[in-house]
Amino acid sequence: MSTATLDSPPAPAEAPIPTFTVTMMVRRFNPEVDEEPRWQDFDVELYPTDRVLDALHKIKWEQDGSLTFRRSCAHGVCGSDAMRINGRNRLACKTLMKDLDITKPIYVEAIKGLPLEKDLVVDMEPFFASYREVQPFLQASSKPDKERLQSATERARFDDTTKCILCAACTSSCPVFWTDGQYFGPAAIVNAHRFIFDSRDEASSVRLDILNDKEGVWRCRTTFNCSEACPRGIQVTQAIAEVKQAIMFGKR
Amino acid sequence: MSTIIESPRQPQQRASKGRVNWEKYGWIYMRASGVLLIILIFGHLFVNLVQGDGIKAIDFAFVAGKYATPFWQIWDVVMLWLAMIHGSNGMRTIVNDYASNPTVRRILLGALLVAAAVLIVLGTLVVFTFDPCSTLIPADQALSFCPVP
Repeated sequence: MSTATLDSPPAPAEAPIPTFTVTMMVRRFNPEVDEEPRWQDFDVELYPTDRVLDALHKIKWEQDGSLTFRRSCAHGVCGSDAMRINGRNRLACKTLMKDLDITKPIYVEAIKGLPLEKDLVVDMEPFFASYREVQPFLQASSKPDKERLQSATERARFDDTTKCILCAACTSSCPVFWTDGQYFGPAAIVNAHRFIFDSRDEASSVRLDILNDKEGVWRCRTTFNCSEACPRGIQVTQAIAEVKQAIMFGKR
Repeated sequence: MSTIIESPRQPQQRASKGRVNWEKYGWIYMRASGVLLIILIFGHLFVNLVQGDGIKAIDFAFVAGKYATPFWQIWDVVMLWLAMIHGSNGMRTIVNDYASNPTVRRILLGALLVAAAVLIVLGTLVVFTFDPCSTLIPADQALSFCPVP
């Protein structure tokens, strides 16, 4: 059995990792100056392993410090940096440059359907307002001494919808939400689904009642934009369909 | 790519509780009538265009023959009602999605309601009051079994 020793020949000097220049088209909006959002292009030197978020950081740190965007954990968990990249809603921190067509400019803009505040930042309040409306918290009358027990099967029933990080990529990709913002939106329904199908929760009929509304699940047109946009791979359209079924035939 | 989608209004107050929720029944109706319409429309097309002499068989006498039987009267009336309501309801959802101006929306929805109601009433009337020997038909085109005036 051989182990690495100091005698082994030194590794050849590593070839420099190739970089390339990418044109980033960012949709800028400064509410104090601009009447309308405008596109601005930046040339950024990047590695293939860089993400869109790294490109935005490079712009902000090296070229234009006024570029405004949200990001927090930068690893696809907090859900702060959902944006529209090349016309698709995704997380900037989970989109690798090598997966995009870098021969063309990369278009980055704020998510649609929510009021634009500045550059890539939107007002998330309408989104969270409809999230709050579905009562996304456990409601149980019993007060057990220990934890509330649940079988693995019961837990698996709503496992998919526990993955939501509230990034708004789904809701802001929904054409029904774009039209007038009255629709609850996929994210709120996903989070209602998470409690409706939780065996420990007792208020599922209340939530089903809320979603059985003029602006509730029935406005869903099953365009699947939400399922495609979800950075966590949640089957959003299926969750909405399950809520529709639960309203019609009761929970199963 | 740079299509501007206007910022929506803040969410409005949800409809008060206790009212009948028509959206749910509308949604169920669209599915149920859709399945029935597939059978009714393709049955209609087969009988009219494929069976027997096919398309060459269609003339006034063919239609008169169909409307002489209650089976085809019911078939056509059910098809008319289901299709008209199905289509108008679909148009209604499109209007709700795209007409953001409340006045425009009300006008469009009203026009849809009137168009659907008029066509349904007119169609139903035609099917049940159809008279193959109407005196309005010129004598040289009248069907053979009709009494000569």
